[in-house]
Amino acid sequence: MTPILTCPAPATARIAAGLIGPGLVLTLCLSGCAEVPQEPEPRQRMPPPTLDATPRATAPVASTEAPRPTYRGPWEDPSNPLYHRTIYFDYDSAEIKPQYLDVLRTHSAYLGTTPGQRVTLEGNTDERGTREYNLALGDQRAESVRKLMLAEGVSPGQMATLSYGEEKPAEPGHSENAWRLSRRVTIQY
Amino acid sequence: MTKAKLFTIFAALACSALGALGLSAPAQARLTIEVTGGVEAAQPIAVVPFGVSEGLIPKEDVAGVIAADLVRTGKFRALPTRDMMAMPSTAAEVDLRDWGLLKMNSLVIGRVEQEGSGYRVSYNLFDVVGGKEIASSSLSTTAGGLRLTAHRIADQVYEKLTGQPGVAASRIAYITANGRGEGQTVTLRVADADGSNPQTIVSSNEPIMSPAWSPDGRRLAYVSFENRRAAIYVQDLTSGRRDLVASYPGINSSPAFSPDGQRLAMTLSKDGNANIYVLNLQTRELTQLTDHFAIDTEPAWSPDGNDLIFTSDRGGSPQIYRMSTAGGPATRLSGEGDYNGRASYAPDGKSITMVTRVNGQFRIAVQDLARGFRKVLSDGGLDESPSFAPNGSMVIYATVQNGRGVLATAAVEGGGSQRISQDTGEVREPAWSPTMK
Repeated sequence: MTPILTCPAPATARIAAGLIGPGLVLTLCLSGCAEVPQEPEPRQRMPPPTLDATPRATAPVASTEAPRPTYRGPWEDPSNPLYHRTIYFDYDSAEIKPQYLDVLRTHSAYLGTTPGQRVTLEGNTDERGTREYNLALGDQRAESVRKLMLAEGVSPGQMATLSYGEEKPAEPGHSENAWRLSRRVTIQY
Repeated sequence: MTKAKLFTIFAALACSALGALGLSAPAQARLTIEVTGGVEAAQPIAVVPFGVSEGLIPKEDVAGVIAADLVRTGKFRALPTRDMMAMPSTAAEVDLRDWGLLKMNSLVIGRVEQEGSGYRVSYNLFDVVGGKEIASSSLSTTAGGLRLTAHRIADQVYEKLTGQPGVAASRIAYITANGRGEGQTVTLRVADADGSNPQTIVSSNEPIMSPAWSPDGRRLAYVSFENRRAAIYVQDLTSGRRDLVASYPGINSSPAFSPDGQRLAMTLSKDGNANIYVLNLQTRELTQLTDHFAIDTEPAWSPDGNDLIFTSDRGGSPQIYRMSTAGGPATRLSGEGDYNGRASYAPDGKSITMVTRVNGQFRIAVQDLARGFRKVLSDGGLDESPSFAPNGSMVIYATVQNGRGVLATAAVEGGGSQRISQDTGEVREPAWSPTMK
């Protein structure tokens, strides 16, 4: 995933323009652009061929085939182990369950051999409990994953965490099933 | 009688004309308030349509606004205009025996006169049973401030009759959400306490959370995820100008203004886990107040500014703790229950409201700090985000009704309850403003 520190997206610009006027647009740009995204580190090792299903740095090439602009990496290929990017948690817990260790190790191995690649670990909770507490709980979950992946050799600069708490449920509704699917951390490339 | 009827028709015409021009709020943003419960013996009151100087067509039905404000408290029942036998607009025209026959306890009359480019609104309040006038006043307003003036008169009448300040002239901030996923629109709005005049403060395709009022009611702090990162903003409601005050790695959450408006308490996890910090808004100096491996969040100031209460799971489950804003140890405040969170003080500092879990259901409670006594005010399963009205008489909170997020109010000790919904979408995270000066 591209670094998250970018200039205001069109949505924000639209909000700003519609809402308040030039003063706010300026404020947003200053806050958004002041922090320059870090250049990806130079690649030092070749990624393992099993995980890197297609060449990463594909410059636009003239081709008779239709371009695949949506394909961004092997994690989008359902047959690749990196496709599994979400792990689930017990209620009010940030403990990583053993059955998800393989998923995290697979991503750690890929990131370890692909130093230019960055990810955001997005933490989420179900809707039960207060919104602000859940924001902190989602943060704890993302932080648990970050620590495990650090221990697995991923460099700190490759990972950012972002908690949405209960604000982005995986499923609508107020059922046990919706809650189970919402208590998650997703590795966003 | 004829004059009053004409006035009503003109007011209706004026309103629909404004609507047609698109000057009023869009229909989908409207809040509807239903009174869902009142006190058993609501007092009968007559609010007579206000007299209007010849040629003047005010935009608001002042008496209608006052009557609705009083009815919404659950403590009054208003006489329908059609049942009135006379339409006095000056004290000299009042014959209290007419109102005694209609079994009224109280009577409000008044008039609207031109004053410069604005209005002068005068009223008289009568104790029908006691047979005398008990209050009168005149308020000057700009043309645009007429509705707020009506709310202020309602508050003066309410205080005279109940001994407690009214809250009709306050406002409510809240979050609305429409759609899901990428198509989701989340909006922070502010509306008058009667649901009218909703205004958009900020809107986004990403979450917006935790609106918090400054003590003067002029600024709102909130958390926004625009640009896919969490940040705390403080926005001036008049100018629309806003400042980014916190955007650290990790969470930037739970802003709460100090009672003097100079500092903002917040939750940051920039050093690995969620702790409480206080930011001086002038110097931008950031002070860390808690340092614990558990979750510490949801800070709220005591009205004297000496203490902060917050939620922590340091004891194994989320509970309310209190500590001095000067630092030092934290002591547990919440009593029973395996989940207590998001507490805030009543305006008098004698009690707190919080979310509490009762038999697996999340409900709103008020805890008396001196006696430790706890009273559960709501009966939903996912009730949250409680906030005291500025007079402490009610708590507003978010609840789920038929699967949809709505707001509700509950009286702390006797009084009405209300349900507040929007035509479409969800409404959540209400924050009741201080009394507007």
